[in-house]
Amino acid sequence: MTDPSHAGGAAHLLVILVSAALTDNILLTRFLGMCSFLAISRQMKASVGLGLAVTFVTTITCAINAALYVWVLRPYGLESLQLILFIVVIAAFVQFMEMLIERLSLGLYYALGIFLPLITVNCAVLGAALFMTNRNYGVTEGLVFGFGSGFGWMLAIVLMAGIRERLKTARIPPALEGPGITLIIAGIIALGFVGFSGMVQP
Amino acid sequence: MDGVSFVLTSTVVVAATCLASAVVLLIAERYLANYGPCTIDINQGSKKLEVRGGKPLLATLMQQQIFIPSACGGRGTCAYCKVKITDGAPPIAPTELTLLTDEEQQKNVRISCQVKVRNDLAIEIPEALFRVKQFTGVVERMRDLTHDIRELRIRLVEPAAIEFTPGQYVQLEAPAYGDNPEPVYRAYSIASPPSDTGHVELIIRLVPNGICTTWVFTMLKEGDEVRFNGPYGEFRLAEGDAEMVWIAGGSGMAPFWGMTRHMREHNVQRPCTYFFGAVAQRDLFFTDEFHDLEKAMPGFRFVPALSGAENDGWTGEKGLITQVVERHLKDGSGKEGYLCGSSGMIDASVKILKAKGIPEDRIFYDKFT
Repeated sequence: MTDPSHAGGAAHLLVILVSAALTDNILLTRFLGMCSFLAISRQMKASVGLGLAVTFVTTITCAINAALYVWVLRPYGLESLQLILFIVVIAAFVQFMEMLIERLSLGLYYALGIFLPLITVNCAVLGAALFMTNRNYGVTEGLVFGFGSGFGWMLAIVLMAGIRERLKTARIPPALEGPGITLIIAGIIALGFVGFSGMVQP
Repeated sequence: MDGVSFVLTSTVVVAATCLASAVVLLIAERYLANYGPCTIDINQGSKKLEVRGGKPLLATLMQQQIFIPSACGGRGTCAYCKVKITDGAPPIAPTELTLLTDEEQQKNVRISCQVKVRNDLAIEIPEALFRVKQFTGVVERMRDLTHDIRELRIRLVEPAAIEFTPGQYVQLEAPAYGDNPEPVYRAYSIASPPSDTGHVELIIRLVPNGICTTWVFTMLKEGDEVRFNGPYGEFRLAEGDAEMVWIAGGSGMAPFWGMTRHMREHNVQRPCTYFFGAVAQRDLFFTDEFHDLEKAMPGFRFVPALSGAENDGWTGEKGLITQVVERHLKDGSGKEGYLCGSSGMIDASVKILKAKGIPEDRIFYDKFT
């Protein structure tokens, strides 16, 4: 078991960041957070916005959840409560984010529409929190891992949005239009990302 | 760790986490979702409201005693609460898109329950809505007109009098009960004549599983307090003395019952034929009253018609109301059509009236939704 206190070391954190964002990309290698990925990647602007929002939410909630886990749940032997408490933290934080975005950028608020409250049930956010406890990360590591996962998710959706912009003029068999071709492309990108796996071992 | 302390610590930890989240959200709501004072300019300066931002426009206006019609209670489904926002409107929300036509979107028409007040707004609403008030009354009389239609006579308490044109409707509030956590509002035409300013009469048909009608039929009693707002609606008799054709079914009787008595009181001699459709004899009501009015009003004729197969002893008109109108109405040119009832009946009747030569802009109707 890794002790969170020894976690330090910039190199160690960099490895976590790179592996979370690239070689262990949460969307392309674990296929988490697919629903909003498929729906929003149609538009570049909304993709960047949602990507930023997910990155922000994942970073902060991973840090809060890591703190909750390391300082409260583990000392009291309440690891079994992690699922329910992580969800509470994520839901509350997303509500908070919603109010913040509505206040700061009405354009983004309307562009994200229903998907903003749905970040609550974006499996990537909860997935990152759970992977983090599996690997016994501390708070700093959790923060970095959360940022890496969220950034990786954003990278993937922006990548897909770019490809789908081009697909608008491409000739696609009618049966594959929309989610069909998107899933095929996601699969091909995922193959590429799986090729990286194992290169970095956090 | 033993079982008891495990249960206790988990309870404390879960409760503390939820509490902390709630506190953060409450603070955020206090400061982030507080949009400060905003001004709402109505009809180019004819009224200016100082309100606190952060709430939907519909609710904000309601707090200021301006009642926009709304049947769903602000959930964005009925599309009644349309308001023109000429300045300061936020982008159209996805929830509004399905409820607005392209033309409405271009004319800045918005669903007011889905638009939050975040900044100063300029809006336009029909002047008549300024006259809309919230009324409290007491059920003075409740009687069954048929097996599934009931008449409600409400004595107004606060305000004590109402001013309206025959054909307008009010929205009756069914309070929260059973599985309905919030009050709902349902529209009913006023069946009493405007001269009776201290009362309104409503004619309500029982809709199976209807929230409001079930409340009226099973819980409401004489002497109970009721709340409603109004009057709303553009359905009214047009100026002039063109001959009129009225068509109604079931509780679509309501506006015409008020209009007829209004015409009688003011000695209006305008020729008028009133076709009233029902299935069986047990669905007919006010027949004697209308035949009495026929005698008192030379130009007025009441034609009840039954569409059911088994109506022994019925000597009046038979068949669907549209067939009866088809038989009776020879030439519609120069006449006006007034309809009230279900959308199916109205669509079918409009078709007949148009075929008979009544121009579309001379056909007025009040469709049940």
